[in-house]
Amino acid sequence: MTRMRHSNFLGNLDWMTVCLWFILCVIGWFNIRAAVYDPAHPGLFSLETNYGKQSLYIFTAIIIGFAILIIDQRFFISTTPFFYILVILLLVAVLVIGRNVGGNQAWIPLGSFRLQPSEFGKLATCLLLAYYLNTQTNKTPNLNTLMVGCCIILLPVFLVMLQPDTGSALAFFSLIFVFYREGYVSNSVLIFIALAILLFVLALLIPNQWLLVAGITLLCAAAAYFMRRKRKYILRIIFLYLASAVYILCVDFAYENILQPHQRNRIDIILGKMDDPRGQGYNLNQSKIAIGSGKLFGKGYLQGTQTKYNFVPEQSTDFIFCTIGEEWGFMGSVVLILLYLVLLMRIVHIAERQRTVFARIYAYGVASILFFHFFINIGMTIGIVPVIGIPLPFISYGGSSLWSFTILLFLLLRFDSARKGLSN
Amino acid sequence: MGNSFFERKYVILGIFITIAIVIVARLFYLQIIDDSYLLSANNNVVRKIAVYPARGIILDRNGKILVQNEPVYDILVTPREVKDLDTALLCQLLDMDRNDFQERMDKARAHSPYRSSPFEKMVSTETYARFQEHQYKFKGFYVQNRTVRSYPDSLAAHFLGYIQEVNDRDIERSNGFYRPGDYIGASGVERSYEELLRGHRGVKNLMVDALNRPKGVFMDGKYDTLAVSGEGLVSSLDKDLQLLAERLMKNKMGSVVAIEPSTGEILTFVSSPAYDPNLMVGKERGNNYMELLHDPTKPLFIRPIQASYPPGSVFKVVSALIAQQAGVITPHTIFNCPGGYRYGGGRAIMRCTHVDGPTDLVKSIQRSCNTYYGHVYAKMIDSRGMSGPKAYDLWREGLTKFGLGAPLGIDLPGEKGGFLPSASYHTKNYGNEKWGSSFTISLSIGQGQLGITPLQMANLMAIVANRGFYYRPHLIKGIGEKQIVKEEFTEKIWAGVDEKHYEPVIEGMSRAVSSGTAAGSKIKDIEMCGKTGTVQNPHGENHAVFFAFAPRVNPKIAIAVFVENAGYGGVWAAPIASMLVEKYINDTISLPKYIQDRIYNADLLPKTLSKPPSQETKVSTTASTRSDHKHTLSPDHTPNLLVHHSQIRRQYD
Repeated sequence: MTRMRHSNFLGNLDWMTVCLWFILCVIGWFNIRAAVYDPAHPGLFSLETNYGKQSLYIFTAIIIGFAILIIDQRFFISTTPFFYILVILLLVAVLVIGRNVGGNQAWIPLGSFRLQPSEFGKLATCLLLAYYLNTQTNKTPNLNTLMVGCCIILLPVFLVMLQPDTGSALAFFSLIFVFYREGYVSNSVLIFIALAILLFVLALLIPNQWLLVAGITLLCAAAAYFMRRKRKYILRIIFLYLASAVYILCVDFAYENILQPHQRNRIDIILGKMDDPRGQGYNLNQSKIAIGSGKLFGKGYLQGTQTKYNFVPEQSTDFIFCTIGEEWGFMGSVVLILLYLVLLMRIVHIAERQRTVFARIYAYGVASILFFHFFINIGMTIGIVPVIGIPLPFISYGGSSLWSFTILLFLLLRFDSARKGLSN
Repeated sequence: MGNSFFERKYVILGIFITIAIVIVARLFYLQIIDDSYLLSANNNVVRKIAVYPARGIILDRNGKILVQNEPVYDILVTPREVKDLDTALLCQLLDMDRNDFQERMDKARAHSPYRSSPFEKMVSTETYARFQEHQYKFKGFYVQNRTVRSYPDSLAAHFLGYIQEVNDRDIERSNGFYRPGDYIGASGVERSYEELLRGHRGVKNLMVDALNRPKGVFMDGKYDTLAVSGEGLVSSLDKDLQLLAERLMKNKMGSVVAIEPSTGEILTFVSSPAYDPNLMVGKERGNNYMELLHDPTKPLFIRPIQASYPPGSVFKVVSALIAQQAGVITPHTIFNCPGGYRYGGGRAIMRCTHVDGPTDLVKSIQRSCNTYYGHVYAKMIDSRGMSGPKAYDLWREGLTKFGLGAPLGIDLPGEKGGFLPSASYHTKNYGNEKWGSSFTISLSIGQGQLGITPLQMANLMAIVANRGFYYRPHLIKGIGEKQIVKEEFTEKIWAGVDEKHYEPVIEGMSRAVSSGTAAGSKIKDIEMCGKTGTVQNPHGENHAVFFAFAPRVNPKIAIAVFVENAGYGGVWAAPIASMLVEKYINDTISLPKYIQDRIYNADLLPKTLSKPPSQETKVSTTASTRSDHKHTLSPDHTPNLLVHHSQIRRQYD
């Protein structure tokens, strides 16, 4: 049986996902090259340049991917807790021996390369969450399990926050989708979260919070009036009303006292409360200029002036989408977004065909993390979410991020290719 | 199996798709609908660098250079690139002290550490040469060359004018043509032909990066335009004649205007005191300009077109012509000259310098007889079967046809029209319409309420030389390679007096030179016809006037010379005109050396003006000048007689 699985594991491989992965990596390489392109040094693979290094990272990623595919999946499953502990130790270590880059103590220097443990934190957390929930499948979803699951997530979040790297920390919360899918979180919680985000934005947009509270009061009163026959709903409305009123009053406090000034500024800029294209809003403004100037078909490869001439900061890492938007235009951007969407849908599809709960949960974890990165990264470059420094999976320059996302994806492919031989 | 929440897959997929749609929608807005980002992108990255065209050069009528462009060097600095600078050496080479150096560096740094900004402007070629030798030691310093105006003979400042940096109003009016730092013609030909001389600026589209470092040409220069040099101009000026005229007028106040009658081209255009046009160029321009502006002799004042004087006796020429045309006199009309003209019932007299007895038209011009013209004017105004004011207006109309009372339309900015009041002006002054020739009798001999610019005088002479018509006097006879002449300067303008009436006047003028008031200035082999004038000046010495044309047949030059505060026209103005006419026609000067030297060496600048301006000169502009002037010849009892000297005189009385 083992021999059979080994002999045709490539046949069971989801080649579509592999193709999508490879296409995204290649797109990434080309755009990293465009972002740092210097006509005076047009060499393709010089390790002096980011794109030269990225080709090395991609090559390594292919090897890593292949290695994952030939290793028995049970090895990964059984070592999950140890891997998690290792990553947690690394996250602690980075706080001690890490190198501070751009205000974040997120890097462990390894020779000429640097390792970013938080990138692997997501992977380990995702794995352990699947591992743990897998052990709980015989029970109906309950609060205890949820609490333990949350702790698995919150431990690395806490450590990452200490770096402090808010962006990476937030990415862990995307695993909420996993809880939702597995029934630990109800629909109403999802709506509740959506509502909370909406109220947060409203609370910041409307300068007088009492005005907002008054509005909510009216709304709830109207709702209660229409639902007056149904006692159950009335109680819910009252609860919701009280919760939101308190929440609104808390938002302002939290905003002023918990968030860092630069985080407040980023939110203010997104909400249009602050206009500072030369200071706090410089990144976003330049990013929008770069993308907006791409028009329908873009300026052509290597023809983008905004990214090439360094108007956009962090253009090969967090703001790599600017290069795509500028040089490939709306058409190119839409193609990229479709690629991601197809990849995400494919992963969900893969998830649902798994026979093991572990693999399914893991797959949803992968989908959630990729989705979060995709949404937040592109969203920040086009000004619909605040600037949060997280990479665009497979495309942004950087070894740690490319490797961790590749491992994330290829582990899933490994579990998927072995699904026929596995069952709970 | 914990797969009871299978349908939640759709919710999750729904969220993924919704977010993708939100992103696409936002991209659609950013990239397709909103155009402002493309604009900002270009503003970000494209720097439009102006390529300055060479300003058109100006030649004299014989192709000799009057204005050309000379290279100067601006030294630029890019503060960020300055390294290991030998400050002491740099300061020494550029002749500046340490503080000055620091100030300039700070200014440049404040402008931009990455972009070059001017460190020292308009460095001379010599300084540049010295600087260049050591330039390798000055990292971050660059030299940019451009051109400035240069006047090889320091000639014809008033005619050529000068250029200066544009001010906000120029920029506004030009609809964005000019940018701060551009130069614009501010006076003279430089101003009136600005549109032709300036050429068209080219644009180079350079790309820069976020730190403003140049990164090459935008779109392979697709949107670049070449600079088109300004048109060259050929002026009507004769450089040698101008040179001589300026030498002759040195240390004198006044004007010389010479016109080629057959074309209206101005051969000489002198306003004295003049200044060196090169003063208006270069680093010291500002100081020089202020000095000239505050010079009591008003060197910036363009006397030939801005000063208006009563013409004095030369006006008799016009009087005679108009009176003949009106039929008031014929060449044979004779008036008796008992040494003066009595008017106002014999109570007042306008004296002559002589007692000639019976005088005819020719003799009246030759001898400059006041009596004769008193009679002529009286006949013009009093005996034409109409009221005095009406007759006066008719007479005035005749004068306007000679180009008096209004600007002639020369191609120079700032031309004044002189002063030729209408009848209603006098009526208002006298309080009623019952006034006649005796009220304004001084006009008959070109005194009183009459102002004529030297240019109008010269043009008057051109009309006489042409026997009845003129071309608008102009300074530019050819524009660009095709030597285009402006249409308005090719139009023949009739002066309203028939040709036959000119001969007796010309005969009189000829005799005036050969054996009359200007006898000392006659020229061998050339029959010059001229008329002297000595303008009464209640403020000091009389103004000397002479105008003439020559030769009598096929005249080549008509000239007016006006020397303020000099005395007799025959003594001061006529020799100057004579020398210029002979120089122009025969290229020699045959006037005795002692006369020449007397002219060259004369310093006729009012002594009071030699002093630098003091406080009181600034204040005394109006009040003192409006005082009553007792005029022996004029019965005009106008309390606020407009002063008929150049405006300069008024200010320093």
